[in-house]
This record gives sequence, structure tokens and C-alpha cells, in this order.
Amino acid sequence: MPSETGRPAAADEPVDPDICCVDAERRQSLTRGQGRTVAAVAVGGALGASARYGASLLWPAAADAFPWWTLAVNAAGCAVIGAFMVLITDVWTPHPLLRPFFGTGVLGGFTTFSTYTADIERLVSGGHARTALAYLALTLLVALLAVWGAARTTRRIAAAVRG
Amino acid sequence: MNWLCVVAGAMIGAPLRHLTDRAVQARLGTLFPWGTFTVNVVGSLVLGVLAGAVTAGAAPEHLELFLGTGLCGALTTYSTFSYETLRLAESGARFSAVANALGSVAAGLGAAFVGVAVAEALWA
Repeated sequence: MPSETGRPAAADEPVDPDICCVDAERRQSLTRGQGRTVAAVAVGGALGASARYGASLLWPAAADAFPWWTLAVNAAGCAVIGAFMVLITDVWTPHPLLRPFFGTGVLGGFTTFSTYTADIERLVSGGHARTALAYLALTLLVALLAVWGAARTTRRIAAAVRG
Repeated sequence: MNWLCVVAGAMIGAPLRHLTDRAVQARLGTLFPWGTFTVNVVGSLVLGVLAGAVTAGAAPEHLELFLGTGLCGALTTYSTFSYETLRLAESGARFSAVANALGSVAAGLGAAFVGVAVAEALWA
């Protein structure tokens, strides 16, 4: 509990009076800054994962079918991060919590690598090795093309707007 | 309730990815994105174990949504993986870009197969 001077109350202070306050204040500011970032990532992650879960309910895939919705979710997330990263690095300086919230949280929670590998494992084990290989290669290709194309397009538009 | 399971898992998985990435990158300090590589491989392993447990009838649906769709789904990421691969390629580290793309897929797939095998050994 901080006192009016902003320093920790006597009960919280460690024995050594020379380092106590500096140390406690530094620790407090470190955890406070990181705490807000972690909270932004958590909330963004919950939103992104909810959207992905919603997509899986709207377009449920059969166990032996090509996992189109996972591919679509991952490709969309890759395109958006390509544009987003160019916007926040080249075009404007955002609020410090925007990147953790949207880039790390929403897009990171929306896209998934584990479902991608689990889908391939399931297809291979179910005797659909060809579908698995096509899905493996197509996702990688589409994801990389999406992030590259979106970043390139956003840079061009930004350059055109600047004149 | 189902949706709450996904949200609860994601609220653990996404910060865990962020903190793991920070810790790994601070420790190694390399250009190569070992942090994202690590969470993607670990998430694939855990989801593999879970998938095996589901097949064996050892995991209830709510656990599947919490741990699989929520936690592993948010712990792992395709968007950061592809963006970091693009950054490596654009910065001239083409070999690292290819190694990251192919290495992540190979290691993640290997982890998924190992996870399923572990689950089969445990519950089948």
C-alpha cells in the first residue's frame, strides 16, 4: 500500500533502508507496464480466438475433408498483420498498447499453428496423405503470399498518399 | 459455457506466447524468431496429446475447447510466423527465412505426431 509520498508503507519495506524504496518502486513500475501489456494481449487473444471458434461453428469441417476454414482464417490473419505492421511502423505511431492488443493478441489468437499441424496429422493418420500434403503446402504458400502482398500493397498506398 | 472455455484458454495462451517470446528472444538475442518457433512447436505437441486423448475418449468436450481451441490455438500463431518469415526474407536473410518456414512446419508436425503417439501410449 503506497503512502502519500508514493513510497511503500513501512510495513512493506524490506530491512535495508538504502535499497528498499528504489528497488520497490522500480519493481512496481516494471510490473505495472508489463501488466498492462499482458492484459492487452489476453483480451485481444480472447477476441481473436472467439472469432476463430465462431468461424469453426459456422463452417464445420468433416474429419476427412480439406480444412478450408482453418486455411481461410490463417490466410486472413496473415494478410491483416502484413498491412497492420506496415501501418504502425511506416505510417503512424500508434498507442503503445495497440500492437500487443491487436497484433499479438487479436491476430495471434485468431490464427493458429497447432490446429494446422493437428489437421495434417489427422488427415495422414486417416489415410488421406495427399489431402494432407496439399493442405500443408497450400496453407504455407497462401499465408506467405498474403502477408507479402498485403505489406507490399499497404506500402504502395502509403507512398501514394504521401505523394 | 463452450465459448467461455475458449475465452479462458485464449486468455492464458496468448499472454503465454507473448511472455515466452520475450523470454526466449531476450535470452538468445538472435534475429531468428526462436520465440515463435518454440510456442508453435510446444502448442502442436500439446494439441497432439489432446487429439489423441479425444480419440481415446479420455478428454471431455469442455477440456478440448479450453485446452485445444482456446489455449493451444492462442498460444500458437500463423500470422506472426508468416510475418517474421517475411521480415527475414526482406532483410536479406533468405536462408533463415526458408529455414524458419520449413523448420517450423517440420518441427510442428513432428511434435503433433509425437503428441498423438504419447496419448495413444497413455490411454489407448
